[in-house]
Order: sequence, then C-alpha cells, then structure tokens
Amino acid sequence: MERTIPGKYQNGKEDRFANNLNRNKIHPQKFALLVACGSIMMMFAAWTSAYLVRKAAGNWLEFQLPPAFVLSTVVILLSSLTLHASYRAFLKSQEKQYRYLLLGTLALGFVFLFCQYRGWTALSQMGIEIGTNPSGSFVYVLSYVHAAHIVGGLAVLAVACLHAFAQKLNPTPKRKLRFELTFIYWHFVDLLWVYLFLFLLSQQA
Amino acid sequence: MATVDIKSPKTQEEQLIETLGFDDHFHDHHEGDKYRSNFINTYVFSMDHKIIAKQFLITGMIWALIGAMMSLVFRLQLGFPEESMAWLKPVLGKWIIINPETGMGTLSQDFYYALVTMHGTILVFFVLTAGLSGTFSNLLIPLQLGARDMASPFLNMLSYWFFFMSSLVMMYSLFLSTGPFSGGWTAYPPLSALPQASSGSGTGMTLWILSLTLFVVSVLLGGINYITTVLNLRTKGMSLWRMPLTIWAFFVTAIIGLLSFPVLVSGFLLLMFDRGMGTSFYLSEIFVGGQALDHVGGSPILYQHLFWFLGHPEVYIIILPAMGLVSEVLSVQSRKPIFGYKAMVFSILAIAFLSFIVWAHHMFMSGVNPFISNFFVVFTLIIAVPSAVKVFNWITTLYGGNIRFNAASMFAIGFVSMFISGGLTGIFLGNSAIDIQQHDTYFVVAHFHIVMGIAAFFGMFAGIYNWFPKMYGRFMNETLGKIHFWGTIIGAYAIFWPMHYIGMAGVPRRYYKFDTFTSFSQFDDMNKFITIAAIITFSFQVLFVVNFFYSIWKGKKVTTQNPWGATTLEWTTPIRPGHGNWEGKLPTVQRWAYDYGKDGKEFVTQVTPMAEGEVSGDDH
Ligand code: HEM
Ligand SMILES: [Cu+2]
Repeated sequence: MERTIPGKYQNGKEDRFANNLNRNKIHPQKFALLVACGSIMMMFAAWTSAYLVRKAAGNWLEFQLPPAFVLSTVVILLSSLTLHASYRAFLKSQEKQYRYLLLGTLALGFVFLFCQYRGWTALSQMGIEIGTNPSGSFVYVLSYVHAAHIVGGLAVLAVACLHAFAQKLNPTPKRKLRFELTFIYWHFVDLLWVYLFLFLLSQQA
Repeated sequence: MATVDIKSPKTQEEQLIETLGFDDHFHDHHEGDKYRSNFINTYVFSMDHKIIAKQFLITGMIWALIGAMMSLVFRLQLGFPEESMAWLKPVLGKWIIINPETGMGTLSQDFYYALVTMHGTILVFFVLTAGLSGTFSNLLIPLQLGARDMASPFLNMLSYWFFFMSSLVMMYSLFLSTGPFSGGWTAYPPLSALPQASSGSGTGMTLWILSLTLFVVSVLLGGINYITTVLNLRTKGMSLWRMPLTIWAFFVTAIIGLLSFPVLVSGFLLLMFDRGMGTSFYLSEIFVGGQALDHVGGSPILYQHLFWFLGHPEVYIIILPAMGLVSEVLSVQSRKPIFGYKAMVFSILAIAFLSFIVWAHHMFMSGVNPFISNFFVVFTLIIAVPSAVKVFNWITTLYGGNIRFNAASMFAIGFVSMFISGGLTGIFLGNSAIDIQQHDTYFVVAHFHIVMGIAAFFGMFAGIYNWFPKMYGRFMNETLGKIHFWGTIIGAYAIFWPMHYIGMAGVPRRYYKFDTFTSFSQFDDMNKFITIAAIITFSFQVLFVVNFFYSIWKGKKVTTQNPWGATTLEWTTPIRPGHGNWEGKLPTVQRWAYDYGKDGKEFVTQVTPMAEGEVSGDDH
C-alpha cells in the first residue's frame, strides 16, 4: 500500500475530511467495505445456523442439490480468476487484457445467475417448491438473497467495465482504489457462494 | 457560522494547536464551506457530523414524546379501567369505543396491544438506539478523536435519512385503519407471521418489518462509519489507550450492532417468506379459527433464537453509549480521573463478548432444553461481574471528588443508581429456576425499564446537559435541569418500584384488564398510583423539552472555549465549530484523557505536552 501525498487522498471528494495519517495502512473505504462484508456474512451465518437448528427438529425432506449449482460454483470461481488476472493486467498497464478480462468477469457473472436460475427450475421440477419443506425453503432463501448480492456485484462490475472502456488505462491511486473495492466485493460474493454451496452439500444425506 | 461568536485572544489550547498541531492542509484545498452554501445543504441534507447528530437527537426526541404519550394511554387503561376514555375520542378516533347507552368510552383491546407494541418498538429502536447512539456517536467521535468529520460523511448522511424513512413508514402505520402491528415489540410468530392473526398483523406488520429493515440499514451505515473513523481517523498521538471512554463505548457498540443487526434481518426475511411465499420456517399446522394452517413443521422457537441473538446485544447497544457518556461526565464533573480506566475498557469488551452468548435467558420458558438453559444461566450471571466492575469504578471516581452538582452530573449519578437497582433484578431473572415464576410478569417489566429504559435515558440526559454547550453554543437552564432531575428520578422509582411487587405476585404483563383475576384486585390501588406517577413524571419531561428548545435560542451564551474545564479535544475547537471542526491545524494528542487534579493543576487538556519528568496518569 503506497503512502499518499500529504493532505490528499486522490480519490473521491469525501476524502477532503480524511487526514493523511494513514493509521491502518489500509484505505478507510476499503476498510469500511470489509466491515460491511463481515456484516453481510453475519446474516448468512445466522441462516446456516438456523438451518442446523431447524434440521435437528425433524420433519426434514432430504433431496440432492441439482447439478446446476455445481456448475454455477465453477463459473463463479472462474470469474474470480478472470477478475484477478484483469487486476494484474491493470497494474502492469496491459490495457487489452485488462479490458477484456474485466468484460469476461461481467459475462461470467451473468452466466452464474443463469446457472442459479437453472438450479431453481430444476428444484421445482424435482417437486421442491419454496413452500414444500423447510429443507428446500432454506436453499431458495440462501440462493435468492445471495443472488441479490450478486446483482449488486454485477452493477459494480458494469461500472468498472464502463470505466475500463471509456478511459485510457492509467493506474492512478484513485482508479486503483476503485478497482480494489470492486475486486474485494466480487471475491466476497464469490466466497460467500462457495461457503453456502459447501454448507448445503455437507448437509446432504 | 464557522466563525467564533466571541472574538477573544487565542486561548492556550489554540496556541498549542498552532505550534504542535498537525497540518493536514485542510483549508488549502477546501473550497470554503462548499457544502454549507445554502439552507438545504446546511441543515437538511447536511454531511456535517454535528448537524447529523442534532438531526438524530431531535427526531429521537419527537419519537420519545410520541412513545411516552402512548404509554400514558395504556397506563390509564391499567390504572383506571372503569373510567371513561371518551375524552380521548378526538385523538384516537375509532379506537375509543363509545357505549351508546352509557356514553362510556373504552379503549379498544386491539389498540391497547398496538400501543404497547409501538411503545416498545419506538423506545427501544428509535429513541434509545438512534436517538442515543446516533446522536452522540456522531457528535463526539470526530470531535473527541481530532478528526474533521466521519470517514464517509456521505454514508453518514444516508444513515440519518434511512432512519428518517424508517420513521415515516412507522408513523404511517399508526394511521392504518387496521392499526399498527400489535404483537409485541419482539414480534414473535405466529402473531407476526400470519396476516390474519390479529388486526395489526396484516398491513401493520408489513410496514413494521419494512420500517425496521430500513432502520437496520441506517444502523449498519452508521456503524461502518463509526468503526472506520475510530480506526483510521484518530489524530496524531491519539492511541487507542488515550481515547476517552465515550469513544470506546461507541466503538464497541458499533461492532456489536454490525454483528447482531444482520441476524435480526435474517430473522425478518424468513418471516417475510412465511408471510408471503408460503414457507414454513416459523409456522406449523396450528389451529386458527378452528382450522389447521396448511403450514407444516415450522418452529416459532427458531424466530426467538434469531430475534434474541440480536435482542440481547441490542440492550447493550442501548446501554453502552450511556455508560460511556456517564463515565465521561462523572470524571469531568467530579474533577477526578476516571477510576480504573483500563478496567473500564476491558469490562466494556467483556460485556460485549458475553452479550452474544446469553440470548436464551429470554427463552427459559419457551421450552428450551433445561440443560442448555444451565449454560445460559452461567454466562448470564457472569455478566454481573464486568457490570459490577463498572459500578464500582463509577462510585470510586465520585468518592472524594470535588463534585459539581449540576444537571449533567446528577443525571450521571442517577444513572448509576438506576443501573444498580435494575442490575440486581437481572440476577434474579438470570436464574432459570426463579425465572419460571417471574417470566412475563411485571417483575420483568420493572427490571428492564429500570436497567435499560430509565438508565439509558439518564445517560442521554447527562450527555445532553453536558454537551449542549458544544452543540448550540449555549447552556441549558440549570434550575430547570435540576427540577427535571428530581422529578424524573423520584417519578421513575415511583412508577417501577411497585411493579416488582406486582410481578412477584404473578401479575402477567401485556394484559388488557385483570378483572377476571380476583386475587389481583388487591393491586388496583397500586396500579392507580403507578399511572398517576407516570403522568407526573411525563410532565417533567415536557419541562425538559421546553428547556431544550428555549435554551437553543435563549439560553445563557457560552463565552469560554472550555466551559467545564474538560480535557478532551472537543473543547479545543471554536465555541461554534464549522464543518471541519478546527480552524487551522488539527490538534495532536499528548496525553490520556483524564488528567484531572494532577500535579496541582485542576485539569490538563489532551493537547498539552507532558512536562519534563511528568509521569503519565494512565498507567495505574
Ligand atoms: C446483570 C445483568 C443482567 C441480567 C442478569 C439480566 C437478565 C435478564 C433476564 C434473565 C431477562 C429475561 C426475563 C424474562 O423474560 O423472564 C431479562 C429481560 C430483559 N433485560 Fe435484562 N439482565 C441484565 C441486565 C440488563 C441490561 C443492562 C439491560 C439493558 C440495558 C437489560 C434489558 C433487558 C430487557 C429489555 C429485557 C426484557 C425483554 C422483553 O422480554 O421484552 N437487562 N434480563
Ligand atoms: Cu437479555
């Protein structure tokens, strides 16, 4: 993390109020985002513990997760890789790789949502509707709310793509920070899904 | 307004900041006060943490008045069930049912429950969370840490406006023809999950969830900001161990909030799915109106777990900021360093940690396995230890102090009294065997009103009287403040002390009327007494509100920078600081926050360098 010039962070007007002591060696906005991710994680942690409590109470319908969810997991992991590569290219000022890998990430994000959608229809074809049994309801709730967070991530990625294609590559601290914020959030929603998927998998009979 | 009202030669602190301060070039690239160019940006959509603090405070005060008036209405019902309430018809409309023959007006039972529910929700969330923590975290975090503003002034502004929207939704729900939600502030299913369960369970409940979800967003935005500001924007020299206890309290409160409020949202979301999507998280095949629901296998206990996982930390979210304010006020107004600073910090941390592993003490009677209850009994009782450490330290701080008995310090002392009284009854309730008898009686009502309701209000009042000069550049009227204090402390005990006896006799809470229990008729007079005490105590709060607004415009002006002789940084700003707080450089911190009565000096501000050979005050 580089030091900023005295008196200015070069990103965003709000920083007029930030002093430049750089206490944490981590930019306040990045730190705030990490705190927010922790908070979101608590919500999902609550559901997965509720899942366990509810499961222990019996009347629990066992079923196999549809393969679409496996596919979506692969896709979202891939998207993290492309995003990572795009970031590397950004740092090395390789404009073309940076742009197209970013676009690829956005595309993979949409593919992920599509896979989730296939997962939901597959569940419903198996006779598992949202109201059928709590075991299925939990899968729906977890994946719906996760998908809502993905939609947020897609919006952020779309803005990042817009920036990438509309401007010349020029890794100023401001743009770097913006990229890093996108990067943290997307990796977070990725890992969140991996966690949910592994959790649900581990709960299958 | 950015200029000092009274032109005076530079104070010692200002000179110190000029020589030792930290130049962040704030004014070089700071285009005047761009954001304060017009009324809307200055007072409405302000990003200045000081204005946002006032917005939280005044919104909270409005809610407090509404919530308190609601309690008066249901207290009238409890104290005087036979009297006519026809005179309330103009205000409450169809909720007062007039008997056409006798002309007697009775309060609708549905509305009684709606009032109790709204009173709880409003006071717990809107007044004692937003109004207390929102106000003082905003006001004091940047000022006491030597920061220009919060880490993100914009998110900070959003935080207030989410609270505002949440308020509007809740307010709107009060005027629904079916009434607001009426299933208790804890919103247990099935009353909250089945739209047909009671008249408030339909639209009223939908709006209730919506409002509280907006509220949680507000708390989270605020909390993210508070944590980031504390960790990143402390001025030079302000190490964590030099932070005033107020900041420690707000900081830990924000962490608790960020970890527990999302869990509440997760509980609410499942509730919404049960209400709208036909899921059975909480609902099972119970009979409603003689018909079994087509829900299968849900468990209402699951909701209770999710709710109280927030609910218990929430009570500490309410009380910790009050504790922080009280610690600071007691030290400043008794002219003594806080006793056991580090013990105070560690007890805050211990309370915060423990608050996450005791939630099931609210569920001893919910059919939780008694062996599991034992676990929760033990941890619940352990909370008494750090709580006792704090009480001991407050009293020791006061002991031998040169106490200025003004409204601020009296309310702070009153807080300690209330916290002891209410904490002791907590120890009764924390034993599951005793709680079998006490649960859902007026004993619990007495417990939490004293320990949380009144104590937190006292902390808030202490804070308001103490920091009013910083907020408005004027003092509140002391005489009225003292009258307010005596009226409130005597009144509060008069209201809640008798409830312990009523509760021990087994009188359940949340009942509309007790006329079918002949054995409870012995408490009729006590209930009348409580209601009268509540009305009188309320009138003292009106006095406070009058004093507050009168003093904003007509109060005695503050003429010196540091009217209380305090050590912390907020008193080194101009009397009425502009956006950015300090005019030139930022202060740098040279010592801890509690150098009172040291080496023959009455107080030494945090910007004063250590003298040659001076021993730091904080290492004992
Ligand atoms: C020594 C510390 C404390 C202990 C051992 C304790 C214990 C308990 C227990 C066991 C209950 C459940 C009673 C029941 O429903 O049967 C309870 C209720 C409650 N306590 Fe405490 N408490 C303590 C301190 C506090 C503090 C500091 C606050 C708030 C600042 C607080 C706020 C509440 C509230 C709001 C309720 C009732 C919630 C409701 O049912 O509506 N307590 N307490
Ligand atoms: Cu509790």
